[in-house]
Amino acid sequence: MATDHIVGIDLGTTNSLVAFMQGETPVVIPGDDGLNLLPSVVALDSNNQPVVGNAARNSLIETPERAVYSIKRLMGRGMEDIQEELKLFPFRLAEDLQPGEVLRIKLGDKTFTPPEISALILRQLKRNAERFFNGPVTKAVITVPAYFNDAQRQATKDAGRIAGLEVLRLVNEPTAASLAYGLDKKQNGIIAVYDLGGGTFDISILKLHDGIFEVVATNGDTHLGGDDIDNLLITIALDDISGDLGADLRRNAEAVQALRKAVIETKIALSSQPSVKLDIQLPGGLRYQREITREQFEQLIQPVIDRTVGPCKQAMKDAGLKPEKIDEAVLVGGSTRIPKVRALVKELFHREPHTDLNPDEVVALGAAVQANILGGGSKATADMLLLDVTPLSLGIEVAGGVTDKIILRNSTIPASATQFYTTQVDGQANVAIHVLQGERELAKDCRSLARFDLKGIPPMAAGIPRVEVKFLIDANGILHVSAREQRSGKEAEIQVQPSYGLTDEQVEGMILDSFDYAEEDFRRRQLIEARNEAATILSALEKGKKSAAWGQLTTDEKKQIAKMEKALGAVNAEDDYQAIRKAIDALNQGTMRLAELMMDTAVSSALKGKTMDETDLGEGPTAPHPMAKAEFE
Amino acid sequence: MTKSALTVIGAKPLPEDTHSCWSCGSMRAAHFCESCGKVQPPAPVDYFTFFGLMPKLNLDVPALEKDFYELSRRLHPDVNARAASLEQEWSLEKSSMLNDAYRTLRDPIKRTEYLLHLEGVVLEEQSKSATEQARATGEIKKQIVPPDLLEEVFELNMQLEELRMNKKMGDDDPALLAEIGKHKDALEAKHAALLQELQTYWNAWDSLIDRSQAGNPAPVEERAQVTAKMLDVLNRRNYIRNLVRDVNAALEN
Repeated sequence: MATDHIVGIDLGTTNSLVAFMQGETPVVIPGDDGLNLLPSVVALDSNNQPVVGNAARNSLIETPERAVYSIKRLMGRGMEDIQEELKLFPFRLAEDLQPGEVLRIKLGDKTFTPPEISALILRQLKRNAERFFNGPVTKAVITVPAYFNDAQRQATKDAGRIAGLEVLRLVNEPTAASLAYGLDKKQNGIIAVYDLGGGTFDISILKLHDGIFEVVATNGDTHLGGDDIDNLLITIALDDISGDLGADLRRNAEAVQALRKAVIETKIALSSQPSVKLDIQLPGGLRYQREITREQFEQLIQPVIDRTVGPCKQAMKDAGLKPEKIDEAVLVGGSTRIPKVRALVKELFHREPHTDLNPDEVVALGAAVQANILGGGSKATADMLLLDVTPLSLGIEVAGGVTDKIILRNSTIPASATQFYTTQVDGQANVAIHVLQGERELAKDCRSLARFDLKGIPPMAAGIPRVEVKFLIDANGILHVSAREQRSGKEAEIQVQPSYGLTDEQVEGMILDSFDYAEEDFRRRQLIEARNEAATILSALEKGKKSAAWGQLTTDEKKQIAKMEKALGAVNAEDDYQAIRKAIDALNQGTMRLAELMMDTAVSSALKGKTMDETDLGEGPTAPHPMAKAEFE
Repeated sequence: MTKSALTVIGAKPLPEDTHSCWSCGSMRAAHFCESCGKVQPPAPVDYFTFFGLMPKLNLDVPALEKDFYELSRRLHPDVNARAASLEQEWSLEKSSMLNDAYRTLRDPIKRTEYLLHLEGVVLEEQSKSATEQARATGEIKKQIVPPDLLEEVFELNMQLEELRMNKKMGDDDPALLAEIGKHKDALEAKHAALLQELQTYWNAWDSLIDRSQAGNPAPVEERAQVTAKMLDVLNRRNYIRNLVRDVNAALEN
């Protein structure tokens, strides 16, 4: 039976995961290396084929110019937004990049947009799930940082589409985590979810009420996470090296990546050890050694983790809550393993934070819960409903370059607002609208989401037309705009083109570009299915040979079957699914008489007062043809 | 399906609004079918009507919250994720309206402003963006100082000016800060008191609604009198809020 498996995906800065609901429990689907975490690293191999995960991670050190990590930092962003990132991350932008254009990253001599790179990660997760289910996976819930703006969300959705996934919902990461937590303990109360990941920080405050997860406030920083801690450590090491060893390795990508790997290991070790010795062999025979104590480490990272305090306080203020009112604090994201971070959370919310669930996996598990809810639910998720909010206010630029906020931050989504526009000169046919996102008063300080024209306004005297524009933020946190001129009743649907996004046509093109991958996916799946079918028929044959019916076959028939069995075994070792299918069909035909004889034996046993179970069919096939086609989910 | 408070809500809107469910033919509730549970097409109604309420200002907020949760369970796009695309569109539109209505009605000030808007009363735009806009376009913004505040505002403005001068010179005057702090406390107390004043006009408004329900509608002038008083309170309240915001800004800078 083909059931639609809707998977939950955590598309992380550092690691990505895919999970689904197995019965009443969400579980992570491992990759073919048996690991739950897929490093969010993409590289091109020597044949220019993309590789993802641990395979690509090695290439970060060996061929850094062909690999990219932390791509999430660039999702939905423009050139002018990422100047800071460029100083700290080895992103290589395409040289011919024009201002206002979607970013393109160089891997070897090819270029990819951030959604395309994310799509490669998503496609790997999709494949992992397909291998696990032994069937296609086409629908997913993908998580995003709660503080992601419209463009970043749209870019994530585009990545899903490019990967061949229908994105049923974008869910905010802290909210997803609360779903995973809420599953075991269905209780009422106020919880704070503190999510410090590889590259993003979110704080969400939720009210749990009989299965309704109502977000009351959210805040965060989409450029704050473990990466920043790594960069601090790398900077120190590079300074040390240029000072003590007299070698400037800042421009040496290979050395920087080797350092990066070592400092990450050190960082992790410092969560459980009071002191760690950093010892790295560098290119050119240099060796860098340094002892780092936890105390030094904590002093170093204090400014980074202090940046989470402001958003937490703002979220509590927006929720109208004092820390005493928070019933539980939940930790999400790998960086919350750092003892100093835990201490900070305890101080902020006046209670010991929960760490029952693996902070690396909890978001993916929650995404699987939401996928289950969207798929119709189960006993475990019955009555569960997520009411999330928009993290940033939505505004329109009005005269004087001022932002007029029309949907305030922390409004429950879906949310809408209606504005009326008119013309300023006689016969004016177009009205330009500039949509902004952010909290600042002036338009230039807010994030430009989109500019669009209301076109085709019927010619009228200035001020007479009355254009009703409806802004609607959907359950994914993505904006939709529609407009209608009220006096003429003329309707104009407007697609908001994000200021930093791909057009629909571009996304379509990218899906087509990856058509060869789709073909490859299809072949791979066909092969898996054919091999499974072959295994089924071969094991049924083994059973048949032990049955009484086997003895009734002629020597010639037995020889024929043995020949076909051998043929199937031979093609099964190859990668041609069509050849395997042919061999299966042949064997199916060749064993037809055996099947009939087995049926007869079963029937006559029944006549003799024996039941089917007691015949020497054992637990063998009971279908009319014992070699019935295998069915796949 | 159990008969919940919601089906009553659904049944409340005007009788001519009642027709059968587009999907199963059963008599419809306003938001979803009582019989098959399907979301019904959105209708342009005001926020009070959306919740099946009379346009009264004294409102049982916990009951509103309960209805909000129950309606969310029916109307939210997640619940209708597997419905046909048109139904999904309705679900999106209706749940956005539910959220907008709940956000407006649960807050006493927004609720009052919304009612005034329904009554055709134009609020004086006192938001910060309006002030900025006026400043940027060089338009003279009418700032009517409430008469009972004239003296206080005058004194406060003098002190704020002094504070700015001090800051420019790098001087520190704790006595001045204490004075400003005292003014700020007084303003905040007045701000809170105005909410109580507003509530007395709520009662007046609600009794007008009761009268018209009983078939004895109040004359238009009487309604206008009550809304004018509420408007006056809101304007004074906004004025004080802006003032407190300016004081805070001056203290922080």
